[in-house]
Amino acid sequence: MNESSPRHVAGHVPVLRLGDVLLVTLQGDLYDSAAQQLQQDLAETIAHSRVTGVVIDISGVEVVDSFLGRVLAEIAAQAELLAARTVVAGMRPAVAITLVELGLSLPGLRTALTTEAALELLDRPIVTPRSGGRRQERP
Amino acid sequence: MHTAAGAEARLPIRSDMDLVWVRQHVRQAAALIGFGLVDQTKLVTAASELARNTLVHGGGGQMEAARVSEHGTEGLRLVFTDTGPGIADLDRALSDGYTSGDGLGMGLGGARRLVHDFEVVSSPESGTTVRVTSWVTRPPRPREES
Ligand SMILES: Nc1ncnc2c1ncn2[C@@H]1O[C@H](COP(=O)(O)OP(=O)(O)O)[C@@H](O)[C@H]1O
Ligand SMILES: [Mg+2]
Repeated sequence: MNESSPRHVAGHVPVLRLGDVLLVTLQGDLYDSAAQQLQQDLAETIAHSRVTGVVIDISGVEVVDSFLGRVLAEIAAQAELLAARTVVAGMRPAVAITLVELGLSLPGLRTALTTEAALELLDRPIVTPRSGGRRQERP
Repeated sequence: MHTAAGAEARLPIRSDMDLVWVRQHVRQAAALIGFGLVDQTKLVTAASELARNTLVHGGGGQMEAARVSEHGTEGLRLVFTDTGPGIADLDRALSDGYTSGDGLGMGLGGARRLVHDFEVVSSPESGTTVRVTSWVTRPPRPREES
């Protein structure tokens, strides 16, 4: 392996608009500065475009440390203030296990197993978390 | 400086780009040595926390990675070194939620939970060295003897 630059490094994160929802796909390893840039960009996009939901697909992310975890939590918090809900989709099992051991439980972060499930979740009327009974996840 | 094919490396930690290199090297080295996916992820996450501390709190430094072996068990040792201000109160620095900056304060204590061996040497004169080691955990195999 003779690489001149790290593989899958995201210097800029694409944000896609699907109706009222922004779909953000994080891929590979993210510079701290790119994560912070994303946080700022999302705040502005949400404020200016009246989206009601944000889905952040992290299925392509191999590592979530306390820095990226905080960025995700802050994105969700600022979206909430701008009247949009955030769902983090597709967290890898190894990442979830590691986050718990790291001590980051990320309260207030809504999650879904897949992007589709996240979009479904955003489609529903707002209910207080876990008051709506058990969700059936489809494969 | 960086032997991409092996586990041994000395990597500078001077920018957030270097943090990416640290994570990638630790991932590759851990996979090479035989760590499973979850253990790789734990070690890479710990390395990311410690490297960011080297950068943010220590003013930059380096990480050295080495393959180690003890009683037939393979491991990966990572040593993070800086010549920054040192950690005045290590117990406090290790406690969850304590930050002297604007972090979450979960990095140092969290990294300690994510590795097998964890050691900090720190002073205002010489800066901070954090040495961590994790070992490949495998179900014991019957030894080939005759
Ligand atoms: N390499 C270092 N040099 C100096 N101080 C450090 C170093 N690493 C950690 N610290 C101190 O320990 C504290 C806790 O570290 P950590 O748990 O990673 O939290 P955070 O980085 O979010 O502040 C830091 O806020 C800092 O005061
Ligand atoms: Mg830290």
